[in-house]
Amino acid sequence: MNATSIRRRPGEPPEPVRAGLAAGLPGRVAARVTAGRLPRGLHPVAWWIWAIALAVAASRTSNALLLLLIFGVLALTVALRRTDAPWARGYRFYLVMALSVIVIRVVFRIIFDSGASQGSLILFRLPQLPVPSWYSGIQIGGPVSAQAVAAAALDGARLACLLCCLGAANTLANPKRALQVLPGALYELGVAVTVALSVAPQLVESVQRVRRARRLRGATEHGLRALRAVAVPVLHDALDRSLLLAASMDARGYGRTGRASRASRRITGTMMLAGMAGLCIGAYGLLDATLPGAFADAGFAAGTALCVAGLALGGRRVARSRYRPDPWRWPEWVVCACGLACAAGLWLNLAHDQAALNPAGLGWPPLPPLPAALILLAAVAGVAAPPPAGSGASDR
Amino acid sequence: MIEFDAVSARYDGAADPVLSGVRLGVDEGELCLVVGHTGSGKSTLLAAINGLFPYFTGGTLSGRVLVGGRDTARYRPRELADVVGMVGQDPVAGFVTDTVEEELAYTMEQLAVEPAAMRARLEETLDLLGLADLRRRALATLSGGQQQRVAIGAALTAHPRVLVLDEPTSALDPASAEDVLAAITRLVHDLGITVVLAEHRLERVLPYADRVWYLAGDGSVTAGDPAGIMRTAQVAPPVIELGRLAGWDPLPLSVRDARRQAPQLRARLPESPGPARPYPGPAGTVPALAARDVVVRYGPVVAVRAVSLSLRPGVVTALMGRNGSGKSSLLWALQGAERRAGGTVSVGPAGTDPAGLPAAEARRQVGLVPQAAADLLYLDTVGAELEQADRDAGAEKAARAILDQIAPGVLDDAHPRDLSAGQQLALVLAIQLTAAPGVLLLDEPTRGLDYQAKTSLIGVLDELAAAGHAIVVATHDVEFASRACDRVVVLAEGEIVADGEAVSVLTASPTFAPQVAKVLAPLPYLTVPQVAAGLDAGLVNG
Repeated sequence: MNATSIRRRPGEPPEPVRAGLAAGLPGRVAARVTAGRLPRGLHPVAWWIWAIALAVAASRTSNALLLLLIFGVLALTVALRRTDAPWARGYRFYLVMALSVIVIRVVFRIIFDSGASQGSLILFRLPQLPVPSWYSGIQIGGPVSAQAVAAAALDGARLACLLCCLGAANTLANPKRALQVLPGALYELGVAVTVALSVAPQLVESVQRVRRARRLRGATEHGLRALRAVAVPVLHDALDRSLLLAASMDARGYGRTGRASRASRRITGTMMLAGMAGLCIGAYGLLDATLPGAFADAGFAAGTALCVAGLALGGRRVARSRYRPDPWRWPEWVVCACGLACAAGLWLNLAHDQAALNPAGLGWPPLPPLPAALILLAAVAGVAAPPPAGSGASDR
Repeated sequence: MIEFDAVSARYDGAADPVLSGVRLGVDEGELCLVVGHTGSGKSTLLAAINGLFPYFTGGTLSGRVLVGGRDTARYRPRELADVVGMVGQDPVAGFVTDTVEEELAYTMEQLAVEPAAMRARLEETLDLLGLADLRRRALATLSGGQQQRVAIGAALTAHPRVLVLDEPTSALDPASAEDVLAAITRLVHDLGITVVLAEHRLERVLPYADRVWYLAGDGSVTAGDPAGIMRTAQVAPPVIELGRLAGWDPLPLSVRDARRQAPQLRARLPESPGPARPYPGPAGTVPALAARDVVVRYGPVVAVRAVSLSLRPGVVTALMGRNGSGKSSLLWALQGAERRAGGTVSVGPAGTDPAGLPAAEARRQVGLVPQAAADLLYLDTVGAELEQADRDAGAEKAARAILDQIAPGVLDDAHPRDLSAGQQLALVLAIQLTAAPGVLLLDEPTRGLDYQAKTSLIGVLDELAAAGHAIVVATHDVEFASRACDRVVVLAEGEIVADGEAVSVLTASPTFAPQVAKVLAPLPYLTVPQVAAGLDAGLVNG
């Protein structure tokens, strides 16, 4: 607990700085600036946009230095702005996952496709497995070149970077609050996910309890019967609980019908189905080269329009209000802008600075100044976002 | 406010209706207490108020139920959410979100309350139920009493005119239950909200009740004022039974009322009663189980701290203490199913340690009925469970005989999960007894049992003790301990803080005493039968 509170402190500008930030501005703006910076959770959508933008940037480069820079920005921001809620403690799992992605990538490359060619630096040779001639596309074992290993590691690192972006978004934004921004028509989906999230730990607890209790009956059963001795009580428990939950939700007004009439419900359903069909046609057009491109575009456009309209109409089906919705203030704009600027910069840069973004060969990669600066700009999000409010978990 | 007009209720496939021809009414601002045995239809009656019966549970309801002028035949439960707030037995099962604030707001969100109003109502509710300090806490980290108060708060934020509570304290320890009941009585007095409450701990709410509905079990419901109904009701707390025995009029509804009428009764009683239960066996016999310096720890948490305990055959010991004091951990460690971090356990004259034995052998030495007894049941019928128990123990038809002795009338083809809490307990007890363990441990067996089921459990424990079993019962229930146990051991923070004969431990502190002791203090009486015996003796002597 102590370590947490100390770690969190550096991100919070000390009082004089905060005053200074607002000092030179006219009164009303200054008040707004201060209000936006009060400790609170940033809007989850802002974090998601920021993280996806960084992922887009990462997918555009295979420069090891730039990738490292992105990792650094992610780590810094997570360290500065995560809370001590349970879902915010999982970042290191994403890091472990990222590392294993790199390792797996390299190992596979070494075993299956070392691809040594003229002039490459051979690190070592693995015994080569003879493959039948009809299976000659794949080589197992053989010489392993440094270029191949480096390329695999970089490839893995890029994938790992995408994973870490996802992890950062999940760590920084409360996943349940993120679900709340779903349009009204998809509210039920959000509830289902929320309930499933809370049921999982209960199920684990239930399994542990029943397994422990089995010893009391001697634990004489083996194989399938043993499985049954655990599964039946656990499933009974889960079923009982879900019935109670459903009754409680019903009694508390879940699913009250709003202003929608039967006719409007039908129209909504039809629009959603037609929209989905349009999207399918669009996807088909995109994948099948023989169809004209306009066909795919039209399918996508019509499908999207119908779906959006259906969702908007369906949202009126239910009358509901939201308690303390996350506000969208200037820090949210700043965080989004930082991320988007970085993504746009690397995307556009691709056209004329291919070599610096994706250097070939084994040499030390160059550090292109503009992309590096843009990635560092994304780190501003970590400072611009307000410090997280105490979750109360520590002041027990 | 609530009106039942010729209401009958029947579940699909059931032979008899649960309720028949019920005519009831509750006025605005009343606290109405629903009393009856388990299975007499209390839950059905309560669920009918907001239409969960029959919309959700299935079944047929005839007659008419009007709540705040709305007919439940035309409004589904969700459409009554702004009129009726419903709180069940297990608060955790009803939680939809995971923090206190979000849970309190959930109902209001469903009712589309304006955000500004929502904010204000939520703050009021936090204060009303004393939850302000917990507002950001995760629901899973709260104690049982706090969780139940959150559940009540979540129903209250919708500003319902009726609050229905179905045994809100049955899953709580006494301190938490007090918390919740205090909150409920405050609601009735401060908000004037109409409350319908089914409750096992009658003594705590009876003084506040304006009306009692008594369910006799045959489908009929009698309504009346508390003192009148309690004069004849079969379900009664000890203080009422004492009042009936002493012939007090008006019948005292609380310990305080009874205490004011008690001086004359005290004068008629002998100074010291016969023991509540004859304390059996000389102290010199070989202990059935001897534990020395038992330690149980979970990581840095020490659950049991060097506890030494010796159990004699034929003695029923109550293990008491608040939640988290290490009662369950100690029982599991004695059985050997929970790993000990230190200390020794030796069972019987041979001094075997159950933890070192294979599970099938360990349960022949020490049998444990866990708190969630149903966890041990996994077959489709009672008959199959009993056969499995016989096979495990290498016995012939022994399980059935034991079950018939404990709880006659449980059919072979019944599904174990359909049994009442008392019958389930009896089934698990029979399964464990089939292995003929010398030591029997029960973890919170009285949870969810009504007065009648508790009385029959006491009879079973008496017989087992007489047959030479050493028995330990972990329980919160002071009344049960005073009637069932010879010896009381009190745990706090994993250490034994009191150990001795039931009478001396239970009367040592006024807060920890059974009701009869509270009424008759300083005389050391614990139970109503003891008082009855004392009165007889007094008559003979006088």
